[in-house]
Amino acid sequence: MLDNLILLTKVPVLNIQLLLDGLFIGAIFVLAAYGLALVWGVMNVKNLAQGEFVIMGGYFAWHLSTYGIHPILGMPIVCAIMFVFGWLLYITIIKWVITRDLFTSLLATFGIALVVQQALNLAYGPEVRTAASGFTTRSFFNGMVTIAEIKFVSFLLCIVLAAVVIIFMKRSRMGQAIRATAQDARAARVMGIDTERVYAFTYALNAAICGAAGVLISMIWVIQPFYGVVHSIRAFVIVTAAGLGNLPGVIIAGLGLGVAEQYSGFVLGAQFQQATVVGLLVVVLVWRQIQLSRHRQVVE
Amino acid sequence: MISLEVKNVSKSYGGVVANSNVSLEVPEGSITGLIGPNGSGKTTLFNSIVGFHPIDSGSIAFEGQEISRFRVQQIARLGLLRTFQQTRIYDKMNCVENLLISVPHRNEGLRNMFGSYSSGLIDKAEHLLEFVGLYQKRHLISGDLSFGQQKLLEFAMALMNEPKVLLLDEPTAGINPTLINGLIDRLKRANSEFGITLFVIEHNMRVIMNLAKSIYCLAHGELLVHGTPDEIQNDQRVIDAYLGAH
Amino acid sequence: MRSDQTPWWVYVLLLVGGIIAPLVFPAYTTQIAFLWLMILFALTWDLVGGQMGYNSLGNIFFFGAGMYISAVVQIGMFTDVGTYTSARGGEQLVLGYWDYFSSMFVGSIAAALGCVIFAIILGWVMFGLRGPYFAIGTLGIALSARELAGTWEWIGGGSGIAMPVYPGYPDEKSLVFYALIFVLAILTFICVRWLYSTRFALAINAIRDDEVKAEAMGIHTWRHKTFAWAVSAFFLGISGALFGNLTGFVEPLEVAFPTITFGIFMVVMSLLGGKGTLWGPVIGATVFHIVKEVTWTYLLGWQWVALGLLIIINVVFFQQGIMGWMQQKWPERFGVRVDKRMSKEAREGST
Repeated sequence: MLDNLILLTKVPVLNIQLLLDGLFIGAIFVLAAYGLALVWGVMNVKNLAQGEFVIMGGYFAWHLSTYGIHPILGMPIVCAIMFVFGWLLYITIIKWVITRDLFTSLLATFGIALVVQQALNLAYGPEVRTAASGFTTRSFFNGMVTIAEIKFVSFLLCIVLAAVVIIFMKRSRMGQAIRATAQDARAARVMGIDTERVYAFTYALNAAICGAAGVLISMIWVIQPFYGVVHSIRAFVIVTAAGLGNLPGVIIAGLGLGVAEQYSGFVLGAQFQQATVVGLLVVVLVWRQIQLSRHRQVVE
Repeated sequence: MISLEVKNVSKSYGGVVANSNVSLEVPEGSITGLIGPNGSGKTTLFNSIVGFHPIDSGSIAFEGQEISRFRVQQIARLGLLRTFQQTRIYDKMNCVENLLISVPHRNEGLRNMFGSYSSGLIDKAEHLLEFVGLYQKRHLISGDLSFGQQKLLEFAMALMNEPKVLLLDEPTAGINPTLINGLIDRLKRANSEFGITLFVIEHNMRVIMNLAKSIYCLAHGELLVHGTPDEIQNDQRVIDAYLGAH
Repeated sequence: MRSDQTPWWVYVLLLVGGIIAPLVFPAYTTQIAFLWLMILFALTWDLVGGQMGYNSLGNIFFFGAGMYISAVVQIGMFTDVGTYTSARGGEQLVLGYWDYFSSMFVGSIAAALGCVIFAIILGWVMFGLRGPYFAIGTLGIALSARELAGTWEWIGGGSGIAMPVYPGYPDEKSLVFYALIFVLAILTFICVRWLYSTRFALAINAIRDDEVKAEAMGIHTWRHKTFAWAVSAFFLGISGALFGNLTGFVEPLEVAFPTITFGIFMVVMSLLGGKGTLWGPVIGATVFHIVKEVTWTYLLGWQWVALGLLIIINVVFFQQGIMGWMQQKWPERFGVRVDKRMSKEAREGST
């Protein structure tokens, strides 16, 4: 462990590798976290199935790639499927938990997560998979730093996707309705906004965003039916650390988490990477609580 | 003797000044009123007193003891209790249980956690429920009661706690006008029979003029005027504040 | 306060049933032992989740922690833990009756105390979190414990620890462990039933209904919350110790910290039976376990999907649970009624 730290200081170029890998993967985390923040902020549902949506999107992309459709070209299809899936989930389940206490929505989405995991396991088996992207890997600094082109492409796609979503939220009628509902659902209803539709759309949009993130994950990393939990926890870590409705915070926390994971994986060993994520969750929650306890009273 | 003394208390939320340099005194055994237009900082002051949030500056003393750095529970255990504007009760428990758990928690040791309830305590709870007129409904789940009844239940819970000073945040809001007279009577009896000092926020002028001997008026977070009901009623500044001339 | 109105014959029936069940159905001894374990899970979860409103998704942590503590203590009594685990199960402790049971006893006590200490430390941190943050935070604790146990070589890492071998026949072992788990479940029930008859129960119910109000009324909320969690941890710790010995092999993913099986079963069983009631968790655990055992093998790989669907249906459409449904249907049976009298002194009918 100490050896690895010393290696990092002796060979500074390795830092570039870790940083870049962290940023490339972190950008995808930002997407999933943004979806979570959206659903959380607009309809106050803490979606524990977030990671499963990501993995689901990844499997669909992988499935399409077996028919010879390149994952990047398959992305719109995957997003469309996930959008419909999200909408269906909303009208069958989420609709009923939205007004109930928060634990209900948490547990209901946990149930969804369980069903999705197991269904994926039955459909695709427990093997770890990666969708072939056909890009090559380039080396720099005499091979000290290697960057898969696909990672860079996926980073660019992340930026494009995020920009599309942000412009959509700012400009389109639906986007404005979503933001109005997030601020005050009752007022929005009085002003004639169909909040039911807004909620359904928000949840479906979240599923689509996660689906897109999953497509990217399937190309630059690995997917497996049970890897969703960690993605959910990542999204929670990012949103909790950044705070709701804080888009720059989500971006910074997401990229930071990506980098932190790369570093901990390198320094502590790959088997600690998941433990780091979960440990960070506890740390972020505790940190949040210490912040609150500076006040005389614990605020909800 | 002064029971509660607030000196130069200021509190602001991110630039919005809710209280600025407020000083007031609540004498022991009195009924003191606090009025002011909406948004004048009355509830903020209450929250500062009972420890819901830290104050920016100033001091709050209860029976001579500085409490501005205490937490909510410590202050409640000293015997300084508040009710809420949006009534708060334990809504999945019945009325008797709501009262039984509201016993004073002063000097409570670990062993008290596991005591059972003496019949004397149950008698007391039922007596207080009778006092506020909820005896018939004492076995109903309190969340099923009407808003006015919940308000009365919250008042009974506060009495069960045997506070020395009780801060009431709009006790008559949402209560049927015909019941208000009965409530005024009960508040007065709580003051005279149980010896509880009352500090009351109230919007209903008829109620507060009838109830309090001494009234403070806040406007824009600052103390505007202090006086007897008659003085307050005839004070041009108070009238201006309510009519928005400020 | 809310004294338990259950007729005495229910208890007699349960006790007799529990004692003769393994004798009548010897082939199902372990399954019935699991039923008692499930009842214990549901009861301990409901104490914190149902009665106090702190919905934990990570109570399974105490089960696994207890299991590991007892394993380390039991093995440490006879040999060096580090060298024992580095053999990766190639070596197993063979003990006589006295050594086996005395070490298991010591291990269980250590597990219980260790879990209580864990509960106090974790409670100090976690009880600042409210609502969904508490649920996610506790889930995080269970998951990180599982990850850490998997990487900690001294306790065997991912390949686990082999527990001491039971000195007698397998049939005898399952009967002995049946008895131990049965007694532990009964003790848990008695403890919880007693707690619900004291003012402790009203205090934690008050915390559930409105913690801000409870604080404003001066209730010692932190003390009550920590104690409730510690009781829960105490029994879960012992149950973990017993379970580890029954399985004979402690491993982080499937045995010690089975977050999505036992960890979620606890919640589902309490909800199914009706959370916040004394009998709800017992009924929920019984129904859940029997239905699960009967249908599991017929579902052919679809069990987990069915379980997820059950959680969703349970949470979304039947959240009040069996007991809650009964209380809604017959409120008078549960003492919810209007008194005709206006006051204590007035006679019935004179309104």
